[in-house]
Amino acid sequence: MNKSFLAACIFAVISLNASAQSDVPAPARKQTKSVYLTHATIHTGNGKVLNNATISFDNGKIIVLDENPSFKTDETMGKVIDCTGKHIYPGIIAANTKVGLDEIEAVRATNDYSEVGNYNPDARAIIAYNTDSRVTPTVRSNGVLYAQSTPLYGTVSGTSAVVQLDAWNWEDALVKEDGVWMNWPSMQSRGGWWAESASPTTNKDYDKQVNAIKDYFRDAKSYADAGVHDKTNLRFEAMRDLFSKAKTLYVNVGRVKEMQHTIAFAEEFGLRLVISGGEESWMMADELAKKSIAVILGKTHELPGSTDADIDQPFKTPAMLQKAGVLFCLSIPGGFWQERNLPFNAGTAVAYGLTKEEALAAITSNTAKILGVDAQIGTLEKGKEASLIVSTGDVLDMKTSNIEYAFISGRQIDLNNKQKELNTKFSKKYGVN
Amino acid sequence: MHKFVFLFALWLTVFGACAQETTFKTNGPDDYREGVHVFTNATIWKNYNTRIDSATLIIRDGKVVDAGKNISLPKGAIVHDLKGKFIYPSFIDIFSDYGMPDVTKAKGSEDPQMESNIKGAYGWNQAIHTDFHADRNFAVNDGKADELRKIGFGSVLTNKKDGIARGTGAVVTLNNDKENFVLVKPDASANYSFNKGSSTQDYPSSLMGSIALVRQTYYDALWYKSATDKKEFNINLEEWNKQQSVPQIFDAGGDWQKVLRADKVGDEFGVQYIIKARGDEYQRIDEVKNSKAKLITTLNFPKAFDVEDPDKANWVSLEEMKHWELAPTNCAALAKAGVDFSLTATDLEKKEDFLSALRKAVKYGLDSTLALKSLTYNPATFINVYDKVGSLETGKLANFFVTSKPLFDDKCEINENWIQGKRYEIKPFEQKDIRGEYSLNIFVNAPAQMFKLKVSGDATSPKAQIILSDTIKLDAKLSYKDHDISLSFSPDKKTTGKIRLSGTINYIEKSWGGKGEYPDGGWVAWNATQTKGPEADTSKPKKDTVDVSKNLGKVIFPFMAYGNEQVPVQENFLIKNGTVWTSEAEGALVNSDVIIRRGKISFVGKNLSCADCKTIDATNKFVTSGIIDEHNHIAIQEGVNEGTEASSAEVRIGDVVSCDDVNIYRQLAGGVIGAQLLHGSANPIGGQSALVKFRWGYTPEKMKIEGADGFIKFALGENVKQSNWGDHSRVRYPQTRMGVEQTYYNYFTKAKEYQKQWSAYNAAKIKGVAPRRDIELDALSEILNKKRFITCHSYVQSEINMLMHVADSFNFKVNTFTHILEGYKVADKMKAHGANASTFADWWAYKYEVIDAIPYNAAILTKVGINTAVNSDDAEMARRLNQEAAKSIKYGGLTEEQAWKLCTLNPAKMLHLDNRTGSIKVGKDADIVVWNNNPLSIYAKAEKTFVDGILFFDIERDAQKRDEIRRERARLIQKMLDDKKSGGATQEPSPKGHSEYSCGGFEEHNH
Repeated sequence: MNKSFLAACIFAVISLNASAQSDVPAPARKQTKSVYLTHATIHTGNGKVLNNATISFDNGKIIVLDENPSFKTDETMGKVIDCTGKHIYPGIIAANTKVGLDEIEAVRATNDYSEVGNYNPDARAIIAYNTDSRVTPTVRSNGVLYAQSTPLYGTVSGTSAVVQLDAWNWEDALVKEDGVWMNWPSMQSRGGWWAESASPTTNKDYDKQVNAIKDYFRDAKSYADAGVHDKTNLRFEAMRDLFSKAKTLYVNVGRVKEMQHTIAFAEEFGLRLVISGGEESWMMADELAKKSIAVILGKTHELPGSTDADIDQPFKTPAMLQKAGVLFCLSIPGGFWQERNLPFNAGTAVAYGLTKEEALAAITSNTAKILGVDAQIGTLEKGKEASLIVSTGDVLDMKTSNIEYAFISGRQIDLNNKQKELNTKFSKKYGVN
Repeated sequence: MHKFVFLFALWLTVFGACAQETTFKTNGPDDYREGVHVFTNATIWKNYNTRIDSATLIIRDGKVVDAGKNISLPKGAIVHDLKGKFIYPSFIDIFSDYGMPDVTKAKGSEDPQMESNIKGAYGWNQAIHTDFHADRNFAVNDGKADELRKIGFGSVLTNKKDGIARGTGAVVTLNNDKENFVLVKPDASANYSFNKGSSTQDYPSSLMGSIALVRQTYYDALWYKSATDKKEFNINLEEWNKQQSVPQIFDAGGDWQKVLRADKVGDEFGVQYIIKARGDEYQRIDEVKNSKAKLITTLNFPKAFDVEDPDKANWVSLEEMKHWELAPTNCAALAKAGVDFSLTATDLEKKEDFLSALRKAVKYGLDSTLALKSLTYNPATFINVYDKVGSLETGKLANFFVTSKPLFDDKCEINENWIQGKRYEIKPFEQKDIRGEYSLNIFVNAPAQMFKLKVSGDATSPKAQIILSDTIKLDAKLSYKDHDISLSFSPDKKTTGKIRLSGTINYIEKSWGGKGEYPDGGWVAWNATQTKGPEADTSKPKKDTVDVSKNLGKVIFPFMAYGNEQVPVQENFLIKNGTVWTSEAEGALVNSDVIIRRGKISFVGKNLSCADCKTIDATNKFVTSGIIDEHNHIAIQEGVNEGTEASSAEVRIGDVVSCDDVNIYRQLAGGVIGAQLLHGSANPIGGQSALVKFRWGYTPEKMKIEGADGFIKFALGENVKQSNWGDHSRVRYPQTRMGVEQTYYNYFTKAKEYQKQWSAYNAAKIKGVAPRRDIELDALSEILNKKRFITCHSYVQSEINMLMHVADSFNFKVNTFTHILEGYKVADKMKAHGANASTFADWWAYKYEVIDAIPYNAAILTKVGINTAVNSDDAEMARRLNQEAAKSIKYGGLTEEQAWKLCTLNPAKMLHLDNRTGSIKVGKDADIVVWNNNPLSIYAKAEKTFVDGILFFDIERDAQKRDEIRRERARLIQKMLDDKKSGGATQEPSPKGHSEYSCGGFEEHNH
């Protein structure tokens, strides 16, 4: 390598960093004074709506949550924002995402979500989580303040991490490394290419693949039960917490039969199971409710799974799970930039049977419960993190959603993003706004 | 032909045995045999509709001499008494590959193959095999012939099923003789398909590409025939031209839509194909009939699905279940419609199922005479060989088979199939009847031990019993063949050992006799004499208790869930008291009414009334024009991309529109009334679009918007450079944006020169040879002549700019930039050029070239004054285009009216349809949606969607349909269970639908 080339590389890195500064806003500083948001309609995330209410927080925690508060607020108390006519919600949590793990789908160099091999429980999403992604600010500015950054592919993909979306580095970002992700084998195998998929056929290796998973888990459990080892197996070390239920096993699985097999498997190994995807979960909602198995439901903005299915099935699946008493949340599986549409996926569920507050819970409090972070986030309650958004109108409807303020643990975050800047730049060019 | 000559020729064929000379030598003394056989007392079907009872058939030297009554028998004939037997002309299969070489596909390299790799003076495309002649490649294969002889076939038209033009077929018999003597007619047909078969060349990769290749080859061949100063010698075109005079057979290779597509291509060139269908023609029998094509169809009926497990049963679609039930009615439907068809056994999984399938078709309503016709007269006349095969008239080949019962009797068996006068035993004639009572004497010691034996039951396989007393009867084991007989039984109830007897039958004396062995090992002599003849058969003939052709489900349009028994038709409607978003100068009108009459919007106003209208109360509802999707890929059959070459301007989505796509219905339910169905974005110059309205249940041709302008897809950037297709895709030009520009200059320059060539030809007073018609350059010329309009997939500002320069230099405009995610960077230039913009609302980050995409794009473009739309490019998002339009309120602050036009009037304008749709204006098409809420809200649902005044989606009717689907499924599941219980074969259901979870739950973007 000659010197001028090296210099060019260094220059390129420097200029990339320089541009990063401009389109990824600086993370907000720690909350230093109390904030009062007054006269708002406050949706707490657990079903309650407080009208003309005030929320206040200090040191990152909620300290006041009051409908028609008896006290008056003024500037001496801290920062006061009159939110008359506005809506306040808990910060939205996006489960099962590639946020921070992918920057441009088609550019391999920017893909950091899938490790080579079939069993990678030890691959940790948090290590690859990129706090300087230009995508994240565009997600955040629609109200999504937390994401579960999740590895993909293989049989056991890796360990996910719940992160807050305004951080200097991944240590800052981490809320919790919450669980291990697995893909249950499909009973269907599929050929063809992207323009023309071939007719699906039965996966003849299904039983073999399921048995291979069981064998793997047997070995992992035996390793965990035995305690200390002379020779360390990093993969099995990463699975120890599954058997103690300190971590969750998330399984991507969709069909009834496959889900039943997954549940039996989780029972056999005594795991805390969460089903992800769950396209046909509505067909076995009672069973899921009875066994208290939670579901991270895939997109509502999805086509039905078969020609014969009700054309609005994915729209109404949330309402069916709700009615049956299943703990579920909504997700855009494997999304990153797409996560900014998560609130509207919830809005669709409202058009097809959920109440608005139930739909909100499905992207806030339910999600927090399922990811095991509900002690800190997911609802607006005294003592919890002051992570919330203020919207001009209904946040579940794109027609009215407009996030004016967002706070993560009391820090007021910068809602600017690269796309807003480009909008400003070119609107100026044409003299339009 | 002079009558005398004809008679002489006939005389020669019948009596000219001496004419059977051959060039072949015999090893040893000649062994010529005249082969004179006489078959008497048979019921003979001389042809499909002439039955002669107690008739005689005479054959000589492999041909029919005569068949009928009262004909004199030649001396020295071998006589076969066929009393009680039946003779039919052997069947003909004109869709066979019997005796053809195997089709082998070389393992293609992963690298693109742009040109044919066949050495020699052949044509440019490897899928054109007009150089293939079946007669030159035919080899007798007795094993395969035997499979067909067993089910009654005597001759076939055979051709190698490989490629788009498959060369000629030959008529051969199924006789096991030297090829020279079984070949009846070479070059009896020319054969085609849509399937490129073993060709490893990339083009064509799609159905529309195959159709374009067929079309272009016709033009090339016409030019080749007429051109006098051509440079090339082309074996394939030479042969193509020679093969045009024989019957043309087209293997549609798929559903009824492909049958119609084949027919349509033929019509363009004045060719009426005989078309091979797959047995689903009943689903659109009227259209199939109107094609006027003769068909070859199949008896390949699907097996019932094993639906015992209700979860697995969910994997079977209604469409599959209904087809299982109705497939056996296909032949009856064709017959009823008056379609001439022949039947093939070629695509049967097991050939031995053919006759039972044929009988099944008859049970489901096919007239048995027509069944025979479809296997004899029709195939023979289709390919002009009825003078040789297909009936038992004098002079024809002695191809016939002998059966034990009438052919359509379930118990009928084919005993012999005679081909060219040679006998093939299929199943021996049944045994003679030996039923009766016998006195059985066994000479173990004097006096002989006597038993009473009764032989009864079925005449062909009778049971034997030893009658010890009226109440004690012991089963005996009896078997016999010709003169041999054996019998074993226990002498009494206590003995377990058996007496085993073996001997011969004397049929004349009705007695048996021979030797036997006792359980203790002692040898004995025995005999038996009949004391009483068989009892009269008093059992009534068993009738099918259920008429299977009754209680069948209805054909629905389209043939899948949510189809209708009757396609919806126009009605008059009064939509009352809604909030009407006109998208016209009037803006939004509250408490207003719209009258739909004869497919048009006839009044808009307040307090309207209409006597002959159905009234729809739209109080608290919103009434808008229907959504139009500028960019959509649903409802396309077998491939949206012919991306194998830099330009595929010759391919037409219009050739492959499919009406059998449930997404049509789903999008109607999202308020979408029509779309531009686009070619994909794999190459700089893609294919021609189809503009359709979502007329659910109507055929593809009727979905197309009448009189719409022609459009074509162009594409720029990463897809056409093949940047994201892996390391093998580094061959096809272009690989850079520089090359993309040059591709356009190259093709448009060529098109200009091509036009010049044609104008010179057209202007010439004395016409020479016409230039070669090139359908690719035709399409490009249309662009230059402003008769075809470009929709260009585009992302990055530099290339958008580039294409406008290209267009300007050729003096046309780019009609629409689609996706156009960096349109906001060159909005001023686009405005100056006059281009439309059709964009995604908020997509980005799926590939490098969309790194600067912003959701404010639609708003900026709109504000700059460019006619802008949002599009879907996605079957799912298409049904939520109202929401995508609404995002421009959030991102960029458009008004509701501006936002709404993004998915209605604006796309209508860019598709040149705004004179007829896109807004609520008197005189426009009644393409109208009634919404339960503000249609830009996430909470809005389309409740009613009208296209041309036809109510295609109605949310209440939808609820009923769901119920109907459930009930119809339940009925068919029960029927399949019954079928399984009564021994019917089943197939395993296989799961369908999304399987994104198996690979990690991640959606692909290929936009």
